[in-house]
Amino acid sequence: MKRRLVEILLVACTGLMLAACSGPMQEQTVPAASDVFAPDGPGRWLPIIADGLHDPTGPGAKQLQNPAEALFYLPSAFSGNKVRWVEAIEEGYIEPRPSILDSNYKMQVLDLDVIRTRTGEMPMVLFPHRKHTEWLDCGNCHEWLFKSKRGATRFGMFDVLSGEYCGRCHGAVAFPLVECFYCHSVRRKDLKTPVTELEMHK
Amino acid sequence: MTSRLRSHIPLPALGLFPGAVMMLGVFMLLTPFPSSAEYGDVVINKRAEQAGMRPVIFPHWFHRIRFRCRVCHTEVGFEIRAGSNNILMADIIEGRFCGKCHNNKIAWGPQNCQLCHSGLPGLESGVIGGPTTGGPSKW
Ligand code: HEC
Ligand code: HEC
Ligand code: HEC
Ligand code: HEC
Ligand code: HEC
Ligand code: HEC
Repeated sequence: MKRRLVEILLVACTGLMLAACSGPMQEQTVPAASDVFAPDGPGRWLPIIADGLHDPTGPGAKQLQNPAEALFYLPSAFSGNKVRWVEAIEEGYIEPRPSILDSNYKMQVLDLDVIRTRTGEMPMVLFPHRKHTEWLDCGNCHEWLFKSKRGATRFGMFDVLSGEYCGRCHGAVAFPLVECFYCHSVRRKDLKTPVTELEMHK
Repeated sequence: MTSRLRSHIPLPALGLFPGAVMMLGVFMLLTPFPSSAEYGDVVINKRAEQAGMRPVIFPHWFHRIRFRCRVCHTEVGFEIRAGSNNILMADIIEGRFCGKCHNNKIAWGPQNCQLCHSGLPGLESGVIGGPTTGGPSKW
């Protein structure tokens, strides 16, 4: 019975993956190979005219910048934009403006790590405020999305995968959810002072 | 017969750890699909196509090189949810939403229709690569 279930699960996963990969293909004009791999970069970013989103026949397509022209020069990653955005900003590759209203505005960076412990078999989740407040305001997350109290906001991986809580940004704009261990980064045995384990929720 | 056969097929060790199986499934679902547009691009097509314009493509990668998230999601006031902002062309021309920057001062102005209205016909509003486009919320 249990094996049966496992088999069904595996078949279902494989099926879903195949379905996702062969997904709704859109008819589009096929660009020449020289366009796809131009102008620089090893072809890790699709050019505007071949990304299945921009209309290659429209007047804008030729004027817009191809991602490779900019992203190639930033610290590289395997997923998402293929850029380590935190490194890019910390090491000064880019300096995005913090404000358009006040030219003296400084980001309010908060250096506070919060550990979330309800992770079952996975390593615990470390939420680094510093890396977030380099980009975001407190108000982009507090109090509507997360309460300012450790463990007070109840959510699990399923919510994250459904695009809520951390999944609002991660999986959409910030690094995608395939990178489990960017978030699940604290192994229980590595902690010197044990954190109070919160019970798994239902 | 079939049941005897099945009992001889060695099950992968994975079967012993439901957690690992779940992880595998999650991985398979989230593996970035080949040949999709740049991660974080947002299609805005609530009204554009009905009004006879191409859908709008907003590239996050391009803007986040130049601006922190707070500029748009606090100062300009875009809700952090694709499709939840009601953007009218009149607002943009009067200097709200995209028009807060695309005003010929901070960036080129609204006369460059083709740069924003650059999408393929028929695209649905939404973010590219997000859990809201490929994950469990669509099961
Ligand atoms: C915080 C200011 C700001 C806001 C808000 C903003 N943009 Fe931009 N955008 C810029 C700047 C700066 C550029 C670069 C202009 C230049 O190259 O001279 C740009 C460039 C672009 C480009 C061209 C990218 C390329 O490949 O050259 C597009 C398309 C674009 N914006 C779309 C939008 C849309 C759609 C919106 C609203 C949903 C929007 N922008 C809101 C600042 C902004
Ligand atoms: C990217 C989203 C995000 C941003 C931006 C953010 N926070 Fe948080 N904050 C969180 C999360 C997530 C938690 C943990 C909540 C939980 O565990 O329930 C948290 C927890 C806290 C806590 C409680 C910590 C504890 O140990 O109990 C404080 C205080 C806090 N944040 C203050 C701030 C301040 C001040 C800012 C702005 C400088 C800020 N946060 C910006 C997401 C954010
Ligand atoms: C954006 C950060 C993030 C990423 C990426 C991430 N997780 Fe999680 N995960 C969390 C948070 C937050 C929790 C909840 C922890 C808590 O409530 O204490 C969690 C909880 C879990 C749990 C506990 C069960 C549950 O439903 O809450 C499992 C198992 C898990 N994650 C697996 C994974 C796997 C597998 C991946 C990679 C595919 C992954 N996670 C990627 C943030 C993340
Ligand atoms: C409002 C948007 C937002 C929310 C919500 C959010 N993040 Fe992030 N997070 C970011 C951005 C932006 C970065 C910068 C890196 C990037 O874009 O890939 C980041 C970076 C991180 C990093 C560092 C990655 C690195 O490269 O070192 C971790 C870890 C992380 N987030 C975990 C979490 C967890 C866990 C949660 C939920 C409790 C969460 N984030 C919620 C926007 C968000
Ligand atoms: C800075 C980017 C930008 C530029 C430049 C731009 N638009 Fe738009 N436009 C938008 C966005 C965003 C929407 C909202 C789309 C939606 O919700 O479907 C929109 C919507 C529209 C709509 C439908 C909604 C309405 O208010 O009627 C029309 C028509 C339109 N634009 C025409 C134009 C024309 C004509 C031009 C050139 C003179 C132009 N746009 C230039 C971003 C832009
Ligand atoms: C130039 C302006 C601009 C900047 C800078 C910007 N955004 Fe956005 N963001 C937008 C617009 C416009 C939308 C789409 C709103 C809509 O469709 O109604 C959006 C949508 C989103 C969404 C919703 C996607 C979804 O799944 O529904 C997320 C998450 C997001 N932004 C996160 C970020 C993060 C994180 C940063 C910083 C790294 C950032 N944004 C920087 C303009 C911006």
